[in-house]
Amino acid sequence: MSEQIEIQSPSLTERFPEIVVPDPRAGYGGYMVQPENLVQVVQALKDEMGYDYLSSVTGVDYLPENKMEVVYHFYRTTGGGALVLKTQVDRENPVVPSLTPLFPGAEFQEREAWDLLGIRFENHPDLRRILTWEGFYGHPLRKDWKEPFFEEETKPFKSRWPEGHVYRIEDKNPFHDNVQFPPGFDPEQWSPETDELLYSGLKRVDKTDDFLTEQVVVNLGPQHPSTHGVFRMVVVLDGETVVDLKPIMGYLHRNHEKIGERNTFLQNMPFTDRLDYVCSMSNNFGYALAVEKLMGVQPPERAEYIRVMMAELTRFLNHIFSIGFLLNDLGAFFTPMLYALEERELILDVFEAVSGSRMMCNYFRFGGVARDIPDDVMEKIRKLVLDRLPRKLDEMDYFITNNEIVRGRCEGVGVLTAEQAIALSASGPVLRASGVPYDVRRADPYSIYDRFEFDIPVRYNGDIYDRYLLRLDEMRQSLRILQQVLRDIPDGPIMSGKPQYQVRVPAGESYGRVEGPKGELGFYVVSNGKPNPWRYHVRAPTFINLTSLAEMCRGQKIADVVTILGSIDIVLGEVDR
Amino acid sequence: MITGSGILRGLWTTFRHFVKTYLEDLRIGKKRYFTPEGIELRRSPDVEGIFTIQYPEEKLPVPEEFRYIPFLVYDEGVNGEKEIRCTSCGICAKVCPPQCIWIVRTNDPVTGKPIPQPKEFYIDVDICMNCGFCAEFCPFDAIKMDHDYEIASYDRLKEHIFDLERLSKPASYYAQIRPTNYAREEAARAEKEAQKAAARKVNP
Repeated sequence: MSEQIEIQSPSLTERFPEIVVPDPRAGYGGYMVQPENLVQVVQALKDEMGYDYLSSVTGVDYLPENKMEVVYHFYRTTGGGALVLKTQVDRENPVVPSLTPLFPGAEFQEREAWDLLGIRFENHPDLRRILTWEGFYGHPLRKDWKEPFFEEETKPFKSRWPEGHVYRIEDKNPFHDNVQFPPGFDPEQWSPETDELLYSGLKRVDKTDDFLTEQVVVNLGPQHPSTHGVFRMVVVLDGETVVDLKPIMGYLHRNHEKIGERNTFLQNMPFTDRLDYVCSMSNNFGYALAVEKLMGVQPPERAEYIRVMMAELTRFLNHIFSIGFLLNDLGAFFTPMLYALEERELILDVFEAVSGSRMMCNYFRFGGVARDIPDDVMEKIRKLVLDRLPRKLDEMDYFITNNEIVRGRCEGVGVLTAEQAIALSASGPVLRASGVPYDVRRADPYSIYDRFEFDIPVRYNGDIYDRYLLRLDEMRQSLRILQQVLRDIPDGPIMSGKPQYQVRVPAGESYGRVEGPKGELGFYVVSNGKPNPWRYHVRAPTFINLTSLAEMCRGQKIADVVTILGSIDIVLGEVDR
Repeated sequence: MITGSGILRGLWTTFRHFVKTYLEDLRIGKKRYFTPEGIELRRSPDVEGIFTIQYPEEKLPVPEEFRYIPFLVYDEGVNGEKEIRCTSCGICAKVCPPQCIWIVRTNDPVTGKPIPQPKEFYIDVDICMNCGFCAEFCPFDAIKMDHDYEIASYDRLKEHIFDLERLSKPASYYAQIRPTNYAREEAARAEKEAQKAAARKVNP
């Protein structure tokens, strides 16, 4: 990855001498640019140098330096490493030009940075809070923000040991529900006028026909079985046709990143399970990669193979699950879903046997995995991969793919073109079904993925049906990788070095990304040499994939919105974090 | 393709799944339900037809590594007294991600120096996230993850904070739920003892 940046470095600094400087801090990479030159540089990156994909936008609060930093990760969709661009602004009034006009995919991420860090993005079309609620006071990821019931800056808390006396949080909490309001704010008197703001921000069309129909605003959710959790979509309807749509999330927000910054590095591992709770192994993988990059440790061979095996089993499990759910959304109520759940169940049994838990696996450690795979479990995996899963996959293909209702409702619905998908920073199956063969496993190989023979499936229509077909293709490729893993897996240790509960992480930054089942899952970690990460950011694939939801839904029927959402395959544990 | 054949395929698949249950019933016979063997059959990769387990009449056996709520291991002394292995070193409390472990050390009443034994030990099971770090990093094999997942109770305020009494379980229980782990740890401990004894022999 670093070599890639090296090749690029002359051109960017040569193109903009004086304006762009390499990041001088030890342990950091990428380039620094002043906010007033940001748009100019990014424009050149996009138009002249082929960095057409803005993967991640995030902020870091450097309280000691009194600076607020915005970090951008750019990629080329043709593959290769990241180009990291940073810009620093004053902490008191942080204003950075928005990149949303250039990269529409930055929209939600910039809103998130505004919400959690209070960085204002100039020219952003809709800079509202996104994860916390409208009456929230302050910007929680700022280092000087404290919740009303505040224990200590970092874990482990001193009160637990050696003279720790047990207490219940709710007995000590001043409000009994950890909320604080802005000065003068009375929740009893408050009316959600921001909803009016939201409704007025939606697009309307000028009616040209003679029918005097009204355009209505409909709220789908937050309590709605088709939203896969607590998620709300505000839709403007003209008859049955969707004119505009805005997703509203954050109902499951728990500020995962703030929790992460208080945890020690290792303590974060079980918390990553709770992001996308369907595929916890992939989350572990991404986080382990990011921290290992900082620590400079390399897992032993067997551990690498086990990791890939778990990641691919997770991909299979997630895709079969999401296909089942898609059918649910189409109205095939729970029969295909339960067939999918059977296979998922068998894979979860494997996870339980190796990691101790079915969904919250907490299996990866820095420099390896927690436990070796017992022989009988290995035998079970072999049976699954070589016999059962391919058979069941074919069965699924047989009874769903050519079903007239599925085809009728999915073909040509929710289309996202390749250009739109790239511009909106879509990733994973959504991106590949739109004709962009971009997969982190190939584009920027991590772990030992460069050793395996597999194809990156791609489909070109960009509709729901192609996303479905692509998931089928990906499961076949996953099985192909798994067969190679089972053939080649060596014996040996599963941890490099002794397992430690307090790892030493040198100061610096790192971005570890994996191709999760739902898209590019990235972890941006900044360490200042202390036991806790200074900044811990998750590039949640489904959160960013939701940016393209409005684009897919415009002009479609209201009934299809549910299916389109199902085809993105969101998990709200990850969207809301 | 003829219109309608796709839907017929779906119906055919559902029908096959339905019939297979009865065919398997005939093939395997009565032992398919409510026997450990039958439960094992219904979760193996070869299972066809019905897949579900009739909880609570039937229960899936949990694998050895299954983890649920920690407990403290004690060895039984000659007179049946509990020799708790915990030395109140506090590593579990430090490594615990949601910080659900509280430990109070015992101090010697005469000298005031700490004795390696916990005076109080609490785990708030409402907070515990079952990650298993405490068991993984305990240097004395004193805290282990349990297999008993049926811990529902009527009173959240009274019964969800486990104290030393509630947490203590004998080593024999541990050996029963995790036989291979137990055997491995005992072997390691025996070896350490032997080394110590050998070292003592060399320079007494």
